[in-house]
Amino acid sequence: MEYINVFITGGAICLIGQILLDTTKLTAPRILVIFVVSGAVLQVLGWYEPLVEFGKSGATVPLPGFGYSLAKGAMEEVSKKGLLGILTGGLTATAAGIGAAIGFGYIVALIFSPKSIR
Amino acid sequence: MSNDKKLPDIGTEQDPKVKKQKAKAYEEYAKQFTPKPKYAANGLKAFVVGGLICCGAFAVQNWLMDFMKLEEKEAGTWVTVLLVCLAQLLTGLGWFDSLAKFAGAGCIVPITGFANAMVSPAIEYKAEGPVLGVGAKLFSVAGPVLVCGITASVIAGIIQVFR
Repeated sequence: MEYINVFITGGAICLIGQILLDTTKLTAPRILVIFVVSGAVLQVLGWYEPLVEFGKSGATVPLPGFGYSLAKGAMEEVSKKGLLGILTGGLTATAAGIGAAIGFGYIVALIFSPKSIR
Repeated sequence: MSNDKKLPDIGTEQDPKVKKQKAKAYEEYAKQFTPKPKYAANGLKAFVVGGLICCGAFAVQNWLMDFMKLEEKEAGTWVTVLLVCLAQLLTGLGWFDSLAKFAGAGCIVPITGFANAMVSPAIEYKAEGPVLGVGAKLFSVAGPVLVCGITASVIAGIIQVFR
């Protein structure tokens, strides 16, 4: 059953994040950066693709998947379009997500007011 | 207070060696009162919530492919967009923090955490105006993530040229 692979892969990546949060003094933003960069590094090494084939959304939805998309986009664009792909590939592959995050995020932030912590 | 939790007495000399010893002793003493994170419970919660978010994303992606006849890549992109928007909306409503308090890394490590990290400081700094407050703070966490991620992708592209 594919859903079990998705669940295990996604859960395991989040578990690694939780262990980093609990056992080290790393703050959340640093962990986000570490995950994105490690996803890109693993993709360059060719190790993330098998994980995506196994875990599907479980591997692409967590932040290493974002790094994977960035690196994969750059690598594919270089193969297809040459040197300019170095600069355009990563952003092209992730443009929809980044665009949504900035555009929609800005609107949401303008509409809502800060909430007091409950 | 039980006997074994007493601060050990090492004297009051100003000798730096003794001072250091004393600081160390105090650190151990204070450690007894610092609550230990519940590793197992936190890990389980992160695992389950993270896994569920990914399964939900997978279900939506399958639905888009089956009923909207989208290609896998396109459907995956739509799922990312939907997750980002949903997380940002929940952040605006103030519900995301409650979820994060429960699930920890379970909702911070998926792309939802990235979306939350953009909106959350932006709302906090609303008082500083729509440009330098909201506009700038939207990138206080997303900035480093994008800078490091895009730099990594540029390096990946350069490596690809030489392959």
